[in-house]
Parts: sequence; structure tokens; C-alpha cells
Amino acid sequence: MKTTGIVTGIVSNLVTVLVDGPVAENEICFIDLGGVKMMAEVIKVNGKYASVQVFESTRGLRGGDKVEFEGRMLQVTLGPGLLSSVYDGLQNDLTTMESVFLKRGEYTDPLDHEKLWDFTPIAQPGDKVIAADWLGEVKEGWLPHKIMVPFTFQGAYTVKSIVPAGQYNIDTVVAVLTGADGEDVNVTMTQKWPVKVAIKGYKEKPRPNRIMETGVRVIDTLNPIAEGGTGFIPGPFGCGKTVLQHAIAKQGDADVIVMAACGERANEVVEIFTEFPELIDPHTGRHLMERTTIICNTSNMPVAAREASVYTAMTLCEYYRAMGLKCLLLADSTSRWAQALREMSNRMEELPGADAFPVDLSAIISNFYARAGMVVLNNGQTGAVTFIGTVSPAGGNLKEPVTESTKKAARCFYALEQNRADQKRYPAVSPLDSYSKYLEYPEIEAYLDETVEPGWVGKVKTAKNIIRRGKEASEQINILGDDGVPMSYHVNFWKSELVDFVILQQDAFDAIDALCPIERQRYMLDLVLGICDKEYEFEDFEKCRTFFKDLINVLRQMNYSEFQGEAFQGYQDTVNQMIA
Amino acid sequence: MKAYQRVYTQLEGITKATVSLRAKGVSNDELAVVAGKLAQVVRIKGDVVTLQIFSGTEGIPTNAEVTFLGEPPVLKVSDQLAGRFFDAYGHPLDGGPEIEGEERQIGGPSVNPYKRRQPSQLIPTGIAGIDLNNTLVSGQKIPFFADPDQPYNQVMADVALRADVDKIILGGMGLSNDDYLFFKNSFEAAGALDKIICFINTTENPPVERLLVPDMALTAAEYFAVDKNEKVLVLLTDMTLYADALSIVSNRMDQIPSKDSMPGSLYSDLAKIYEKAVQLPTEGSITIIAVTTLNDGDITHAIPDNTGYITEGQLFLRADTDTGKVIIDPFRSLSRLKQLVQNKKTREDHSQVMNASVRLYADAQNAKTKLENGFDLSDYDVRCLDYAKDYARELLAIDVNISITEMLDTAWKLFAKYFTPAETGIKQALVDKYWKA
Repeated sequence: MKTTGIVTGIVSNLVTVLVDGPVAENEICFIDLGGVKMMAEVIKVNGKYASVQVFESTRGLRGGDKVEFEGRMLQVTLGPGLLSSVYDGLQNDLTTMESVFLKRGEYTDPLDHEKLWDFTPIAQPGDKVIAADWLGEVKEGWLPHKIMVPFTFQGAYTVKSIVPAGQYNIDTVVAVLTGADGEDVNVTMTQKWPVKVAIKGYKEKPRPNRIMETGVRVIDTLNPIAEGGTGFIPGPFGCGKTVLQHAIAKQGDADVIVMAACGERANEVVEIFTEFPELIDPHTGRHLMERTTIICNTSNMPVAAREASVYTAMTLCEYYRAMGLKCLLLADSTSRWAQALREMSNRMEELPGADAFPVDLSAIISNFYARAGMVVLNNGQTGAVTFIGTVSPAGGNLKEPVTESTKKAARCFYALEQNRADQKRYPAVSPLDSYSKYLEYPEIEAYLDETVEPGWVGKVKTAKNIIRRGKEASEQINILGDDGVPMSYHVNFWKSELVDFVILQQDAFDAIDALCPIERQRYMLDLVLGICDKEYEFEDFEKCRTFFKDLINVLRQMNYSEFQGEAFQGYQDTVNQMIA
Repeated sequence: MKAYQRVYTQLEGITKATVSLRAKGVSNDELAVVAGKLAQVVRIKGDVVTLQIFSGTEGIPTNAEVTFLGEPPVLKVSDQLAGRFFDAYGHPLDGGPEIEGEERQIGGPSVNPYKRRQPSQLIPTGIAGIDLNNTLVSGQKIPFFADPDQPYNQVMADVALRADVDKIILGGMGLSNDDYLFFKNSFEAAGALDKIICFINTTENPPVERLLVPDMALTAAEYFAVDKNEKVLVLLTDMTLYADALSIVSNRMDQIPSKDSMPGSLYSDLAKIYEKAVQLPTEGSITIIAVTTLNDGDITHAIPDNTGYITEGQLFLRADTDTGKVIIDPFRSLSRLKQLVQNKKTREDHSQVMNASVRLYADAQNAKTKLENGFDLSDYDVRCLDYAKDYARELLAIDVNISITEMLDTAWKLFAKYFTPAETGIKQALVDKYWKA
């Protein structure tokens, strides 16, 4: 029998329920508001009172209203048809809702139950299988979507029967498995999984050993992120967090991209589902939307569902990873999720930690980042979830709890700088504060030696050094004046400007410059380092400035031209003459 | 009198903004009248109900009569709203009759993000600091960040009256009586009264009443945008005073404050308002231009900071000491939606001209620092400084009123006057076409 209860207290979306039976932490319940059933999640239990966070507006709710507990945690439905969907934080399909305004208690099915999928069996009767093993495959767009033994299955099973190749909907029983106890269980193309629990079902989680290309020079060249790696982008508002994240979503070398719009602007989500169906994935030539799922809890949607949205997104990624695919999860912004935690903690009158955030914030964030990673599946194939989150530090000050906690958990740090943004030096990623721990991995260094060019990591370090020396020189020039320093300071400063303008800066709105493949990045870095390697003599600093400004201008024109095209070659010739 | 009204007469607690009492069957967010003052349910804990009194609790006795009205605040909507002035409760201020129309709960649900359309209509204002550098788009939400001494209300009135919209809805929070009259007179003088709707809380009214104003204004806006497919511009001034009122209520409810004594839910509270800006699939749209006053230009304070993360950019007003004019600061201002219209609804050279002119202005700031530190200026520095003065006067100043094509031509003229094409860093193809030799 289900546990039931009645509402006894309401503060905004925190509701206290007097219960008549057992309840579990994170259990889902439905509150009946005049026939509208509103979903809520248990977040604290005290004696016979359960505190639940409601995923809807509690306007009109009264003391005494009835509550029914479901005996399960918040879960998502997994199966073919997840890609190209637009879901809210609780995996309701937003595209099938009819009214312009969101209605309370309107929950829509995440998957299409009518649609037929071309199923091909992989397993055969008699095969021994365990959870997450592949039973069959359907084509979802162009991706092979594996139908797996449900992740919840414990122990070993034997395949008793499997349907032949053919067209089936997701509710068709495609396989019957026999458990160790001799019981038969039916398997369809869908399964459910609680979002707050990581999907395991893999053999091991090795260290990442290759990089994920994003086409953004300041990432790929200077601070590459590994496939299965983690990174975060903190920055004050107006520094280009969203533009950078969208660029990564458009160009990232991944099979599946899940974008979690977590407490951010609705128009940014609109931009994704307006533009992505038109844009082409540079790696496969298919429409971007075919590989993209959007989870959207925009800032005006219920706060409690904000926390759910990032977990829902991560669970979808883990599901596709279990199929041996490369997934990229982008969450914008994890600060809004932390703020949602803060609001609830505050309403429950818990003792606050730093900046009134809950004290376990740091643990929650590290747990979440730990769900990313590359895995070796039971069948020896690999899959990966790469996770990049944005952080919106209050007042742009990086010494705040969310940024600090995230810094402990994420391996790549892309600090956006107000100063660079003010000067329109986009992407405003700070070249000196940002880092990628992956550059220190010997396996990544070996990978780059092989795929980009031998000694690549050394070159990246050289480029960073040029910037560091340039910064020192510019500080000296500012203190001592143009005439008060030796010419070499000016040369060093302008060499760093050259790296800045040609390698670091990139025009996300230019058709050609927006996407810079790694081969082109290699070419440009070699070219720029070659120029910086030379010694230059100038009569005065004006001449030095003019020389480098002209050079930068030509190199920027190269960035705007088709790689190795006629115009590109023309500019290359000009550069050669200038430095001859 | 409605049938389900319940009357109580025993208050258990009174603070400056709230009262609490024992009552049964009360619903969250519902309205009540306490000793003749309008109040709203903000917390239910067992039998104890906490009410926020909009006009303050002065003079409320413990035996005050409390009547629950059974529903949240509503606004009656119809075409009769046009041309009228209301207080924070939606009652006429102009001596005219009450509005007849459908009752709508204010602060209603949000638009399904999937039903939105990407904003794509340019809103020209004639001000180059906006049109050239920070182009506005219908369906956008953007505040002016300004110190209290800046003429933000004047600029906002100019923008509203020049914008091509069907309705202008003003939500005034803590507006000084002089500014209220300024808006009224400007709208009258422009002959635009028939498309204006105002919800006004002045400094003479109690601060907590302000909390109703944005929701009132936006409920009216949704009526015209959704039901009537109209282009609606909503002006909200001053959102800092709105947030201050939020902090008063949260403080009286013993909530733990987060940064700058603001409630922990400030982000969500502000987002609920600003996210009402929308471009609907029909022609209808809601554009929000707000004012957030700053304390001595400090944008790291919780109110502007949270606002910046919610809105699609900000327009930063400041006095320019070189020209003595108020300008729209090109560094701190931003319109996030500008690329949806630049080079598409405007000339192809727009974004490159914009970036180049701002970059050169930044170089001028560096030169200025050098000058202040007593260093010799290079020839380039001197040219930058001269350019900066012209740029501020002819393009950044808020008293500019020209077309976008004229703005672009002005910028090219200034480039040619002070720089070589290479120094602007603009794409060669555009230089070939537009450089004014």
C-alpha cells in the first residue's frame, strides 16, 4: 500500500507533509491540488513530517491537501527517441505540450510509443548476459542505439529468446531473459533509471587518453580537454560564457550532446533549437539537432526542477555512454543549481555554510563531476562522457563557494576575464589563469605527439611562455614608460600580442574562423611560433609597433580565409615577405 | 462578499511587514484584508499563517479583523487598460472608472520555452550607443545600469517613444513624484497616451506595495501580446527599489540573507519577472527595458550582479569627462541579442565597424592612462585620444538621434580621419567597399 499524507506547512515550494507510513529520502510524491497532481521530492524527514520540494508553483495549495508517495526516486525513461528532444528538467517533452503557457501538473511522455524502429538483434538465444550488455540495436538517426539488458538487473541472465530483425515500437518485448533463479523476464526497448544514481554497468574507468576537439583554439591548442574529461568555465556576466559553450556544442567532436540549460535564459534555449536543426555537424555532415538533446529548466521555471535537470542530463549521457558512444554534457550554469540548493536549505532553516550555501555543496559538486569519464564496457568497447559546466560567480569574484568547490572537482579551468571581454578579446579565456591538467598526462602527451605533431606539448608551453613574458614586459612598460625600457621589452610585448590576436582570439560569428580544426590550429601555431622565434631589430618602438600590428592584421586575415585557399596562400606569402 | 470568506480577529505576531495568526483552510499566495489593508499569504506552518502586509503594519492591532479573499492578486484585463494610470493594486489613479474585463491572476505561469520564437525584430532608438554598439531586439530584456544621478528615466522615455511598438507599459516602483509627472508629460506631449498603460508606486507609497507592480505590468503586457498579438514594450523603473522591498519582507520572515543582505532567492525572483520577455510565434512580443540603479557604479552588488546574469545584456550610463556628455559606456554595455539583427537587418559592415570602433576606444583609454602616469604619448596614442573625443561626441552620447546607416558612415569617417585601414583590423573586403578615402 502506498504511503499517504497531508500538507501541514508551505513556504514557497517547500511543503511539509504529515505522513502515515514509511517514506524514503528522495522519494517522489504527488500533491493533489484540486485534481492537479504536482510532483515533489522528499528532501528531509523529521519524525512523522516529511519536507518535500515541489517541482511546481505551490500557489493555491492548502493545509490538509492530500499527498501520495510513489515508493520510488525521481527517474527517467531511457530508450530510442531521446535525441533531438526538448525536455524540461523532469524529462517531460516540451514539444508535445499544447498551450503557450506551461500548465501545472501537465506531465508528457518523453518517448514516442507509436514510432517503429528498425531492430537488429545482437545477442542470441543461449547467450549469457548481465546488466548493460547489448541485446540488439536500432538506428536512431545515424547512431547505432543499443538495446541493453536493463541496468537494474542483478546477476547473470541467459537469453531465452530474441525477436528477429524487424520493425517494432519501444514497448515491444524484444527479448526474454532467464535469471539464475529460473524466472523469465521480458525486456522491451525502454527502461527506467533513478537520476541521482550513477549508471555503472562497465568494466573499468581508465584515465582519459585522448583529447576532444572543439574547434576553439584557446581550448584545443592551449588547454585541451580530454574525451571523458571534465572542465568548467567561470566568468562574470557578459564575458561570453554562453557563446563559448554554444561554440563547443556546435563543434565538439562527440556522438551525442546533451545540453542542460539550468536556470538560464529561455532565449538561449530558443537559439539552440532554432539554429541547431539548420547547422551541420562538422564531423559527420549531419544536422546538429540529430545528435542533440536539450534539457531545459530556464530561470523562470520551478526552482526545484533545476537540480533535477542536471541529473537528468547526466543520466541520459551515461545511458549513451553504455552504448560505446562519445557523449558531451554541457551544463549552463551549475551556479543556478547550487542556488536552488541554497534556497531549499534556507527554507528548511539548516545552518548555512559559506555565502549561505549548504555545507555539503562541495561534496555534491564533486560527486556530480565524478560521473563523467571514459569507460571500458563489459565487451571491451569504450564510451565517454565529457562534462563542461559553466559557473556564474557572484560579482565575478572567483573566491566564492561554487567556483572553489568546482575547481577541486574539474580538471580543466577556463577562466573568463572581464578585462579581456571589455577589450573585445573573445573568447575572453584568460591565457595565464586557465589550465588543463590533461597536458600533464603522459598518455595525452603521447596522443598529441602522434595525432598533432611530435613535441606538441612543448610548443604549447612555449606559446604560454611568450604570453607570460609579454605580460611582464607590458607591466614594465606601464611603470617605466615606452622610452624607459630596452627595445627587447617592446618586442616581447608585441610577440605576446601576436599570439593573443592570432591564436587566442577567435571570431565565433565568422563562418570560417568560428571552427578551427586541429590541423589548422597546428599550422597557425607553428607559423606564429616560427615568427616569434626570430630576432628583430627596430630603430624605435613606433617601428616595432607598426611592424607587429601590420603582421597581426595579415595573420588575422588568414584566420578569416579558407584554409590553404588562394587568399590564405596570398596572405602567407605576404607574411613571408614581411619577416624575411 | 464571496461565500467562502472567513473572518479572524486574533493576531499572534506582528513585524513591520508581516502579521501571523491561527487560521484554517488558507491557501498559499491567497490575498487577505487585515484591518482594511491588503495582505498576501507567504507562509503556512500548521495552523499558523504568515501574511505580508503590502502597505506596512503601522497601526494594526492584535485584534484586527482579518478576512481571507480566497485567491491570489488579480488584474482585470481588457482593451480598456489602454491610456490609463493605476496604482500597484490595479486601481485607477487618474480618476477614471474601474476597468471591466476578465480577471487574471498576476505572476502566472511561464511560457513553454519550446513555444517561443527567436527574437529577430530590430528596435531602432536613434541612439548610437544603443543601435550601433548594443542593438535592441523585440522580445529582449535589458536594464539600464546607472547611478542615481544619471538621466536614465529620460533616456528610457526617449527609447520608448521612438520604438515602433503597439503598447508601452510603465511599471514605476519608488518613482519620485517628479519623475512620475515627467513620464506622464512626455507621453502626453508625444501624443502617445492612447498606447500607454502605467502602474505606479511612488516614493510616497509603502515600499512593500512595489512587489505587485512588475507582475501587474506584465499581466497587462501578456494580455496585449498573447491575446491581441501586439508588440508590447514594458518599462520597469527602478528594479533596485523592487529588490530592496524583497529584502525587507525576507528579513521580517527571519530568512537567512545571502550576499548584500538580499534574500537567497533573489535570482529566481528577478528571473520570474525578466523572463516574461518573449517573442511569440504570432506577431506578439514583450520587450522589457528596466532600470537598475547602482551605488557608485558598483556592478558587483547582488542586485545588478544577479540582474546581469538574467537579462540579455545591460546598458551602462556614465558621464564622459572629455566631452561633458552622458554616454552609453561601450565597455560595460552589452546586448546579447545584437547578433540576431546586426548585418542581417542592418548593413553587412555593422558588427566589424562596431568591434573596431570599440577596440580603438579601448586603445584611447590605455593612452589616457599613459598620459595620467606622465609618459610621452606616441603618435598613435595621440590619434586615439582625438578619435575618442569625436567618437564619444558623435556616437556614444545619449543625445544622438540618427539612423543606423548614418552611424556606420560616421564611424567610417572617424576611422579614415585618424587611422590606417590596417590599424582598424577590419576585414579587407569591407575596407575596400566602405573606407572613406
